[in-house]
Amino acid sequence: MTKHSEYRDEVTIRFAGDSGDGMQLTGTLFTNTSALHGNDLRTLPEFPAEIRAPAGTVPGVSSFQLHFGSKEIMTPGDICEVLVAMNSAALKANLDRLKRGGTIIANSSGFDKKNLNLAKYPEGKNPLTDGSLADYNVIEVDVTKLTKDALADSNLSNKDVERSKNMFVLGLLYWMYDRSLESTINFLDKKFGKKPEIAAANIKVLKAGWNYGETTETFASRQVKVKQASIAPGKYRNITGNDATVLGLVAATKQSGLPLFFGSYPITPASDILHGLSRHKNFGITTFQAEDEIAAISASIGASFGGTLGVTSSSGPGVALKGEALGLAVMLELPLVVINVQRAGPSTGMPTKTEQSDLLQAVYGRNGESPVAVVAPKSPADCFETIFEACRISLEHMIPVMYLSDGYIANGSEPWRYPQVSDLPDIAVKFAPKSKEDEKFLPYKRDERLVRDWAVPGVPGLEHRVGGLEKQDETGNVSYDPANHQKMTDLRRNKRDKIADFIPEQEVDSGNEQGDVLLVGWGGTYGTIRTVAHELRQEGMDVSHAHIRYLSPFPKNLAKLFSGFKHVIVPEINDGQLVRLIRAELEIKATAINKVEGLPFGVEELKSRIHNELEMLNSKENSELELPHGI
Amino acid sequence: MVFDTILSKHVSDSKNGSLLEEIPNYVGKDFSSDQDVRWCPGCGDYTILKQVQNAMPDIGVRKEDVVFISGIGCAARFPYYMDTYGLHSIHGRAAAIATGLKVTRPELSVWVISGDGDSLSIGGNHFIHALRRNVNVNYLLFNNEIYGLTKGQYSPTSPQGSTTKSTPFGSLDHAFNPLSVALGADGTFVARAMDRDPKHLNEMILRANQHRGTSMLEIYQNCIVFNDGAFGLFTDKQSRPAETIYLEHGKPLIFGKDKNRGIRLDSYKPEVVDLNDDISPDDLWIHDEQDSYKAHLLSRFFDTPTSGEGHFPRPFGVLYAVERDCYDDLVCKQNLAILEKKGEPDLDALLEGPETWEVK
Ligand code: SF4
Repeated sequence: MTKHSEYRDEVTIRFAGDSGDGMQLTGTLFTNTSALHGNDLRTLPEFPAEIRAPAGTVPGVSSFQLHFGSKEIMTPGDICEVLVAMNSAALKANLDRLKRGGTIIANSSGFDKKNLNLAKYPEGKNPLTDGSLADYNVIEVDVTKLTKDALADSNLSNKDVERSKNMFVLGLLYWMYDRSLESTINFLDKKFGKKPEIAAANIKVLKAGWNYGETTETFASRQVKVKQASIAPGKYRNITGNDATVLGLVAATKQSGLPLFFGSYPITPASDILHGLSRHKNFGITTFQAEDEIAAISASIGASFGGTLGVTSSSGPGVALKGEALGLAVMLELPLVVINVQRAGPSTGMPTKTEQSDLLQAVYGRNGESPVAVVAPKSPADCFETIFEACRISLEHMIPVMYLSDGYIANGSEPWRYPQVSDLPDIAVKFAPKSKEDEKFLPYKRDERLVRDWAVPGVPGLEHRVGGLEKQDETGNVSYDPANHQKMTDLRRNKRDKIADFIPEQEVDSGNEQGDVLLVGWGGTYGTIRTVAHELRQEGMDVSHAHIRYLSPFPKNLAKLFSGFKHVIVPEINDGQLVRLIRAELEIKATAINKVEGLPFGVEELKSRIHNELEMLNSKENSELELPHGI
Repeated sequence: MVFDTILSKHVSDSKNGSLLEEIPNYVGKDFSSDQDVRWCPGCGDYTILKQVQNAMPDIGVRKEDVVFISGIGCAARFPYYMDTYGLHSIHGRAAAIATGLKVTRPELSVWVISGDGDSLSIGGNHFIHALRRNVNVNYLLFNNEIYGLTKGQYSPTSPQGSTTKSTPFGSLDHAFNPLSVALGADGTFVARAMDRDPKHLNEMILRANQHRGTSMLEIYQNCIVFNDGAFGLFTDKQSRPAETIYLEHGKPLIFGKDKNRGIRLDSYKPEVVDLNDDISPDDLWIHDEQDSYKAHLLSRFFDTPTSGEGHFPRPFGVLYAVERDCYDDLVCKQNLAILEKKGEPDLDALLEGPETWEVK
């Protein structure tokens, strides 16, 4: 049998099955192998919203999408070309994510009468046989049976045999994409170190899957090769956004030399940060699962009052509960980092779906004039640097910082060229020194950045009282004096604004420094917008892309940068929030492109919406040209 | 402090010269700050402030190591008047803030100052969770059975039927019994005192301080403006002997003007008896601070009939005090054990993670 290899520069695969089918692990292992192979990649897992939805049903489907290539890969892919469907429900739930003409690898035993019923296909209808999939390339493989056959002479229980069927699929896909089995074999040996018979069985099934590809007619001409990507040299690992956030916090603890207190209350999709940090207590970290969101932030404020870096995490609804306490931290002028892993709102909304609709909440969402700093990571790996920045700004400027991640980057993963500790910057902490004899300590005395010193209990002579009531400048004594309130309001705002002197100026991510169109994004849409900008330039358009990490205060040169473009277009996964900030704070005319479906933009989708917007903008311009004085 | 960091170094450096161990010979007024006290004249808060300040020299802690944390309410102004570290926070959250502080700075003496609304309405959740965790803080709950700062609405401890600004036709809510709530939350130290008995109050403050764990001291505090005389039955010279009973560990429950009445337990049913030839103090209920069942019974000397059979005097003193690991100790212990087990942290190894690859 001759083997044909086809070279491709990118591939998107979607693994889908019942929650119990191990699709997340299968996807992760394929990801790791592809990373080791040298591909650039992005992943996106999607879990069912219910913890244990009934097996075989559509709500019980769990999927994992992987986009890998030999070119720069910035998104998990709009749609996939290969869909692995372990059962009928998985096919039903994911078919609309498969490209026309794409390949479906269907586990045929997942399409028996029982599974078809559970997936609510009409009685007597089987998509594999009724012709409804004529537009696709369907490969039926009886994974369940082949797995059983491979393990026929083992003593494993039926349950253990059944459980290893994902390895068959993985082996088969490894053959299809010409990947090495080595890292997965190592993984299995390690994972089942104490149960070598299970490890051996899984490896056997993995190899059986590979061999099936190698020897079966259907696959004979289907091997696809994806070469290494040209990636900056260095050492890499794969990382999710939530994990990178955890590591960034640990790094900030180390680089500031401070202990860290993390107060949190479980909430999707932020809980993994609590889980992750709670494993690293030997780094000077205390984690506290509080009785509620308010206690979580309050305890963190208590820790900050005592000289520890207080951090709290949540998602939108929880952050709403934290609002009052956040205002207290603004008044106290203490360091505090508030992590918001955004999800679709309002109210409980769609907990497992992504959205970037808490930006205005972060910037303005408290009672009174209550300025905080706001930063947002752009990708899973960027969470590391951005949370580190959040800690740095908070500690160096004695101000609460909101960090806006989102469900999409929190769970998504990408290769990360991880830094060496020796490359990390230091974070400078300034404690108030012991006061001199007979000198009255002034807790709200400020330096040239308008930052007060951090006076911590235990230091003799600095005994002082702080609180949520308006305070007199310098002394911190309660004051209702009108002029003082104006002054303090100005000071708190100016202190926040002065952070702009200590953050990098805004750069163009790609494209020209000035020109026709500037696409402006923030947060998790980075990869999509970057890809879109690139593709639009390839179409011959003059399109640049700027990505804003520092959302409050904005980088100083932002307005100037924007004014160099004819059109500023702001795509967001919300109803228009950054665009409002840009219009209001910078007085720039900007065009909004919004989507609120709980899903990220697709590259094609965003491209066509940009084309539409530009068409409208240009036709408006032309009509304005015809009517120079307007009507 | 749990971890050896720039924080621990900063604090210990700053203490150099002030000899860590040595406690200056403080007097009560060393603890009064330069701020004018702004409570209404005649408010019960004044006595409590005075007794706390008086107790401070006896707690054996340097004043820079003392922190008062309050929420919102009349009582919450308290930290401003103490020349220690202080934090006047937001409504109901003092216990949660104190938890974060104590867990990270266990060497500090942390005091929570709260009121009935602050602790039992808006902050009820933090109140019970501090108690069940047994965070080692002293929790002074000033109970005046009214909202004073917002000018006279009923509170969660106002008796049902209270006519207040927000309940002109009488309140309908059943009142909380703070000590039962505290016991129900598995508090390890539950005590009661009153503003009008400063000597006993002072004793109770010191007892609360001695106890390791959340020391919950309810203090009956007269709000002279909005709820004057709410505790008159217990504070008036006339009625006091018959209506109050002072608890002492190991001593029989005796009360009355001539110390001639007592409480006896008929199996687990308490009854008021007259001491006479037939009933001696030895026959009475002997107070045992460590008996949780009896503590619960005592806490129910609360919603009893106002007179006659089944009416009991209100207990003051320590109802319950037992040892249980406190949360901040457990946190420290666990952190240290993890440090020992995992060894000096290696951030480079952590950043690298389990699986890496190199691009050349
Ligand atoms: S209102 Fe009542 S509790 Fe408040 S200060 Fe005045 S007397 Fe005291």
